[in-house]
Amino acid sequence: MTVSIDAPSSAPRPVSVRGKGGWRRVSPTLGTLPFFGYVAVFLLIPTGIVVVGAFRSPDGGFTWANITALGDSVVIDAFVTSVILSAVTAVIGAVVGGLLSYVLVTGRPGSLARRIVTSACSVLAQFGGVMLAFAFIATVGMNGMVNDALKDWFGLVTTGAYLYTLPGLILVYSYFQIPLMVIVFLPAVDGIRSQWREAAETLGGSTWVYWRRVAGPLLAPAFLGSTLLLFANAFSAYATAKALITQSNPIVPLQIAGAITNEVNVGHADLAKSLALGMVVIVAIVMWLYAMLQKRTARWLG
Amino acid sequence: MTSASTPGRGVLVQLAGVRRSFGAVRALDGFDLTIDPGELIVLLGPSGCGKTTALRILAGLEDADAGRITVGGRDVSSVPTSKRDMGMVFQAYSLFPHMTAQQNVEFGLRLRGKTPSERRRIAGEYLELVGLSAQAGRFARQLSGGQQQRVALARALAIEPKVLLLDEPLSALDAKVRVQLRDEIRRIQLELGISTLFVTHDQEEALAVADRVGVMWQGRIQQIASPQELYSAPVNEFVAGFVGLSNPVPGVASGGVATVLGQQVPLLAGSPVHGPVSVLVRPEAVSIMKGYAAGADQPGVRAVIVGTSFLGSMGRAQARLADGSVITAQISSGSVAALRPGDEVGVVLDPVPALAVAAS
Amino acid sequence: MTQSMGARLPAGTSVGAPPRPQQLRKAMRRKQSVTRRVVIAVVMAFFLIPLASMLYFSVRFPLSGKWTGHSWSNLIHIQELAADDPSNYGQLWEGLKNSAVLVVLTVVIMVALLVPTMTWVRLKVRWLSRTLEFICLLPLTIPAIVLVVGLGPVYRIVSGLLSTNTIWLCFVYVVLVLPFAYRALDAGLGAIDLPVLSEAARSLGAGWMRILWQVVLPNIRSAVVSACFISVALVLGEFTIAQLLARTNLQTGIFLVSQSDAQLAVTLSLAALLFAFILLMVLSLLSGDRSSREGS
Repeated sequence: MTVSIDAPSSAPRPVSVRGKGGWRRVSPTLGTLPFFGYVAVFLLIPTGIVVVGAFRSPDGGFTWANITALGDSVVIDAFVTSVILSAVTAVIGAVVGGLLSYVLVTGRPGSLARRIVTSACSVLAQFGGVMLAFAFIATVGMNGMVNDALKDWFGLVTTGAYLYTLPGLILVYSYFQIPLMVIVFLPAVDGIRSQWREAAETLGGSTWVYWRRVAGPLLAPAFLGSTLLLFANAFSAYATAKALITQSNPIVPLQIAGAITNEVNVGHADLAKSLALGMVVIVAIVMWLYAMLQKRTARWLG
Repeated sequence: MTSASTPGRGVLVQLAGVRRSFGAVRALDGFDLTIDPGELIVLLGPSGCGKTTALRILAGLEDADAGRITVGGRDVSSVPTSKRDMGMVFQAYSLFPHMTAQQNVEFGLRLRGKTPSERRRIAGEYLELVGLSAQAGRFARQLSGGQQQRVALARALAIEPKVLLLDEPLSALDAKVRVQLRDEIRRIQLELGISTLFVTHDQEEALAVADRVGVMWQGRIQQIASPQELYSAPVNEFVAGFVGLSNPVPGVASGGVATVLGQQVPLLAGSPVHGPVSVLVRPEAVSIMKGYAAGADQPGVRAVIVGTSFLGSMGRAQARLADGSVITAQISSGSVAALRPGDEVGVVLDPVPALAVAAS
Repeated sequence: MTQSMGARLPAGTSVGAPPRPQQLRKAMRRKQSVTRRVVIAVVMAFFLIPLASMLYFSVRFPLSGKWTGHSWSNLIHIQELAADDPSNYGQLWEGLKNSAVLVVLTVVIMVALLVPTMTWVRLKVRWLSRTLEFICLLPLTIPAIVLVVGLGPVYRIVSGLLSTNTIWLCFVYVVLVLPFAYRALDAGLGAIDLPVLSEAARSLGAGWMRILWQVVLPNIRSAVVSACFISVALVLGEFTIAQLLARTNLQTGIFLVSQSDAQLAVTLSLAALLFAFILLMVLSLLSGDRSSREGS
């Protein structure tokens, strides 16, 4: 570790008490003010606006109307669809990503394959949004490469219309859920020490015993926590769905967007806010559980 | 659990002709070792000498390219690790972090189909053997390094294995804990009478616990003998240099006796019989005489003190000889204060047999 | 035949040729190796197919099926396209420019905000570290789609003070980036002995600014680079807030142009992805890979 301390060219002098040194007279907490101020303006206030706005009526008074508006069947369907979408893609991502993580760890630590795969995962986990939607349209959409291949090679004609429905979303979401799982779960798998497996073997345990009694229990919190993170990630995703689904608003983020652009309309002016509040509540619960599980994991595998 | 009065349950362990290469590197080269029933053998050597590889091959954690391993008369060369019935203690991170000490010790018992009450009883006995009954409910991260290794030892012994394997179990511990724990390991091993293979790079540790020590270098055992024999009769330069300190002093050999610093020192087998040699003299065989007066009946040669070290129970003094080389002598701790750098002294060699190598 | 206790070779074995035991470990390693290759191959195929499709789409006339580099050359000439056909391409060029500026602004603000604050908290205000961590990880729980709902009033004020230019989205982008940047910088700051370094610098007479600039930053270089990379990726890929606040960035540009020139949209998406991937490979090569641990 190099320490590049640039000593002043003149002889060292005592720290001046005025100027910069004078900060020490003032409470050091003030040094964090710029940050917290910034965060207050661009994170806390908007959140506050959402939370407060969910209970505000158009004339400024308190009301439950926005919340009860969530009982609308369209909204409930959206929540259910969102939950299903998030749960299914979370499980797919967890299983495939988990398998990939394990397999990466069995190889040589610095191997090229591992570096390429983890780098690819870093990039692909962020590869969401519109770009991903186009990628899949180019693959299984009307004139997609896979559709053409199926037509040319097997004579199968597919429209790819499923892409614009829930199954399609599941397929597309998996594309960033799997890499995200690798990013989040791989460090935990890395934390498994080879000595534990060897100890289990010398004590008479087979591979099955090792997984059932040692590696399984050790990785379970991390696996579960990562799955929850994937759930929250899918639940909050907007752009990809927006690019694929143009006709309706089957999931909550699209409902929110719809509500925002409809704000001009009379009626549930702040449906957007109550929808947003609903989403935050769900995501917050999931993230809290994730944090609890992460703590357990860090204790064993940190 | 065996009590002290019954004979130990040790078995004969043999490794014959074991070879192992990693790519171009020969980790083990024609390795032969016999562990008599109840014996504690230490494999001692610098890193890369093959000692850990030998242990891991015995455990089944590594494949051998060639050779045969027999335990208690049974050929286990092709038997998987989980069926070899050996207990192993690793250097670090031995314990399963999600289990308490008690659960760790019970792990192997559970696999052998013991009932829960049996498991608890046996685990409790072994935890008491290592002195950790009070810590049975603690997790690894709540235990000190020494305590963790004790639990690891209890866990390995609880399954009553045929062989006990220890892979540098003390290397990650503080010095004081190391000394304490090695004595305990030896005590327990003697009490149980279990054949044991112990790997370390610390020669003091090796000499302190072993029945026999095998000094290894470059994949081969250079010498395997009791600690005393290893120390007093090393067979080659490597062993002489690795075990204990030695001073290379030039001399001339003739008929198995070397003339060194004007004195006669008998040479051990393995030394050149004639010609110019470098004699490897132990510091304990070097005596310092305070004050030097040249004279025909003055024993030893003239030297000047260049430094002293106080080591608690004893001391060391470095003295420069006439040819400029520095010789190290062991002195009593009281003498350390009496000698100052610059003092003129006489250096006398005790006629203890020493190993010599041909002078380069 | 009972085994004798001696090291006697089985009858029939020639002396001097020790038998070769069963290579169990090697067999296990080989099984693992095969599994590893199969899994990686299958998963990478799943990842590569859409990318290949994008490439395929970008070099083919959709109707005639002829091969062409037309779209890729368009990519280089977006500015001219925008000048020629502003209704279709104007927004795209706007978005591209804006995103480039946004990336720079976001990264600068992120580093300027986080590095001093995190250092300060570690050195002087330790009791705030939990709060800081909580705040920085909060955006994970308050996703962009939620944030944008409450962002309207805030950005009305920002537009009043500055302008309605898209580049002022940098302020909220810094918030979006906080969790990832915080984690990267936290790991970096945790790896150096910050109190000791700053004490040493102070004893030599260095002021606070100098400590940050010449002591802290050089030592957390790879963490800062990592934080910057993830910020770049996030800013380039951000769509939600830009669209719902009616601004124009790269993603909204791509989205709009997809309605008239789908091929260019796909080409641009692929180019952006390749850019991110190359950037990451270069970074990981330069800083020595931190994601794969040695040993164990």
